Amino acid sequence: MKEYILILISTVLVNNFVLVKFLGLCPFMGVSRKLETATGMALATTFVLTLSSACSYIVNEFLLAPLDLEYLRTITFILVIAVVVQFTEMFVHKTSPLLYQVLGIFLPLITTNCAVLGVALLNIQEQHNFMQSIFYGFGAAVGFSLVLILFAAMRERIAVADVPESFRGPAIALITAGLMSLAFMGFSGLD
Amino acid sequence: MLSAIIALAALAVVFGLILGFAAVRYKVEGDPLVDKIDALLPQTQCGQCTYPGCRPYAEAIAKGEADINQCPPGGESTIIALADLLGKDPKPLNPEHGEEKPKRIAVIDEEICIGCTLCIQACPVDAILGAAKQMHTVIASECTGCDLCLPPCPVECIDMVEFKPDLETWKWPYPENLPENQVKKPRVITSIKITPGANTKTAHDDDSPPVEKQA
Repeated sequence: MKEYILILISTVLVNNFVLVKFLGLCPFMGVSRKLETATGMALATTFVLTLSSACSYIVNEFLLAPLDLEYLRTITFILVIAVVVQFTEMFVHKTSPLLYQVLGIFLPLITTNCAVLGVALLNIQEQHNFMQSIFYGFGAAVGFSLVLILFAAMRERIAVADVPESFRGPAIALITAGLMSLAFMGFSGLD
Repeated sequence: MLSAIIALAALAVVFGLILGFAAVRYKVEGDPLVDKIDALLPQTQCGQCTYPGCRPYAEAIAKGEADINQCPPGGESTIIALADLLGKDPKPLNPEHGEEKPKRIAVIDEEICIGCTLCIQACPVDAILGAAKQMHTVIASECTGCDLCLPPCPVECIDMVEFKPDLETWKWPYPENLPENQVKKPRVITSIKITPGANTKTAHDDDSPPVEKQA
């Protein structure tokens, strides 16, 4: 149990995927303009990340490892992630039109989220077992969601703030992201 | 080398099968949310919500462009049903779009009608029958009581008559707490007999008690 809590704290705060490992930066900048869309993206990513880290563990353990095909990991995981995303989209579309409306366009966007592939590959690299993989994926997703929602809330305020002209738009957003990253680096003493 | 090709091909086939199965199993026709919202609207096609009919209004609600309190013919029960479906808080009817009235249908006074066909062009549901210079009449079972035929009539021969269910058309009201996945059907009147005078009141008698709404 303690081990899982440690994985969660490590992925959410200490080794945050966005601000410390710098993975998944495109949705972090792309869909953080409004709090509402950021929440939708965060939900969708949490779901897909957890599911895909479980699936990619299974594929690696029972297909690639026995056949000595570890060098095919990256392309296989891309395939797995694409299928998981596509299946999730169909399932949600049918079962919950309202949730589909919230997540809508974000689901296909996740396919190209490098954090998803990063988690799957790091799981293998750190030799996690099945449960550890799931918690690692879930923790990474919670960390991503936390940072994305915080950042979106900040950007909503910055949008109405009196920013010097040359810093408006993406410039001030990148500066803010950098400051957030500095703040999260501060957690590295938590180990 | 060969095992790599076979393994990847097998994986691709399995995933393809899963996705193909899912595409059939979870097939969605159109936007299901729009259909669900449309089923809750009263289908009067009256345009009081500022949209050109119930379906466009349903699409606007689904997109989040329109509020749920713009449908006077549906009134409070429709607003509550929509709020349930969309997980929003019910709110009172927006008075900008009109007020809730009891269920009514149009009746043409056939002695005054001059056969100008203006009301036929105004009717959104083709419930008025007639030809130029011929007397018109309203098909009661088709009329949705939208009032759109009143303004164009040059001789004011159309009256809105409150609809009272008689022995043939009366039915039990729907239960208050429907199971969640059962969507209420729109109000459809299959057959009405209007005998002017006896058991109907014209809409101008405002002090008469409102007729109990159908479902």
